[in-house]
Amino acid sequence: MTRAGRRHSSATEELQVIAPSKLAIEGVSKSFRSGSVPVLALDRVSLNVAEAEFICLVGASGCGKTTLLNIIAGLEKPDSGMVLADGKPVTGPGRERLVMFQEPALFPWLDVFGNVLFGLKLKPNLTNRDRCQVAKYYLELVGLSRFEHANIHELSGGMKQRVSLARALAPNPRVLLMDEPFAALDALTREQLYGDIQEIWKARRKTIVFVTHNVREAACLGDRVLLFSPHPGRIQEEFTVDLPRPRDINSVDLAAHATRITKALKSVGQAEAVAAK
Amino acid sequence: MKRFLLAASFFAVLVLLWEAAYRARIWSPVLLPSPGQVVTYLQGAAADGTLAKATVITMRRLLVGYFIGLVAGLPLGLLTARWTLFRDTIGTMALGLQTLPSVCWVPLALLWFGQTEAAMLFVVVMGTLWSVIIATETGVRNVPPIYRRAALTMGSKRLHMWFKVILPAALPFIVSGMKQGWAFAWRSLMAAEIFVTILTGFGLGQLLHYGRELSAMEQVIGIMIVIVVIGLLADKIFFSPIEKFLHRRWGTSQA
Repeated sequence: MTRAGRRHSSATEELQVIAPSKLAIEGVSKSFRSGSVPVLALDRVSLNVAEAEFICLVGASGCGKTTLLNIIAGLEKPDSGMVLADGKPVTGPGRERLVMFQEPALFPWLDVFGNVLFGLKLKPNLTNRDRCQVAKYYLELVGLSRFEHANIHELSGGMKQRVSLARALAPNPRVLLMDEPFAALDALTREQLYGDIQEIWKARRKTIVFVTHNVREAACLGDRVLLFSPHPGRIQEEFTVDLPRPRDINSVDLAAHATRITKALKSVGQAEAVAAK
Repeated sequence: MKRFLLAASFFAVLVLLWEAAYRARIWSPVLLPSPGQVVTYLQGAAADGTLAKATVITMRRLLVGYFIGLVAGLPLGLLTARWTLFRDTIGTMALGLQTLPSVCWVPLALLWFGQTEAAMLFVVVMGTLWSVIIATETGVRNVPPIYRRAALTMGSKRLHMWFKVILPAALPFIVSGMKQGWAFAWRSLMAAEIFVTILTGFGLGQLLHYGRELSAMEQVIGIMIVIVVIGLLADKIFFSPIEKFLHRRWGTSQA
């Protein structure tokens, strides 16, 4: 795995020079109807994400960050603008861009192993033995080998999210889209998962777009943190977090970054309150 | 074991009360035979093959009708869940007809098909079909959208989506619909057999009917007991294991 990682990283260094973005979001707008009032959830949002970059989208709830994630996933269509993945327009969902949802969204009619296998079974050109091996590998990676044949309802919240992580990773997507995946977990489990996700991201060279409303979480995970402002949803400010990894969520350096972002987030909130008056 | 003993003694007490009521001669023995007489009748009917033959005939009618109802009802339920056109038409019709007690189909079946097997089959199918349609539709509608979305991102679509995601997700509803359909089929078949008095191929319902004609109360009660036992067995043998599996997987019950 280390060898594969090294090969990937040299490839990315080359890519950064010619740099076609892994994901290019170009002038994406999207509005909804809330009752009879149209709400502009996203207003001409543009964003480039490089290969193997970890991007965090933060903002108050209702600022359109989840909508943007769903549009990148292909689960929703933008009113205008487009999303390019590897230079090709996104027209629908596809397994190169897997989503990890806030709720685990695991299938209760399958056991843990069956859930991880689900996406793999849809991947052509694999023998069933390969599929089983891959599924086992990822269950091992998230530390749940012993629970292969457990039913979903028997797992704790943290274990469920680990299974969903394994399920999302197993078909080997280049892009992982995560929508507040740890929001419902207790602090201890969450911190453990921060470690896991950074490790996996580093080892497997994934491109990750991570949505959260937790600023510290964003500073801990992201190479870049994009602050969204609501009504209409726009990218307000961009922060680069250049701390060495793996990062500890409780470190002082990280707190400094988080404070900076929180300040900006608050000023967005105040501007909004003034505008509302 | 303790549960079994308690249940067994409950039924023993019931039989004793029955025997006591018979001995007390409150009602004429023609109206209330003793448990012993009923057992004697059942032994006789079992020995000369009447009972086995009638049970086989009844079960065949039931299974054929139930199977037709399921095979037609499941796809129709899926269609009603998927397209508004079907929901407004077949869905509404199913909802209406499901409220119609299945015995109400008997007069119509008698006029259309006469005293025939087809009449009984028709009534059983009508008893099953509507509740299966409605259960399937409800089941599909109650599938949390998140499952669909998750499956979509993993590359599932169309038939794969229907067979590997939506149907399994709707399974708890579909199974309870199948169970209800079975109960309705069983009820409607008994109604049909009692009213459709054909002269060949006696089912349990016909034995019940002729027991009344002959004022053979031990036959009437004996056959009723057989019908109850068959219903219980079908539940225990066929539906209980499926329900147990669902409860275990979904975590919906302690059992």
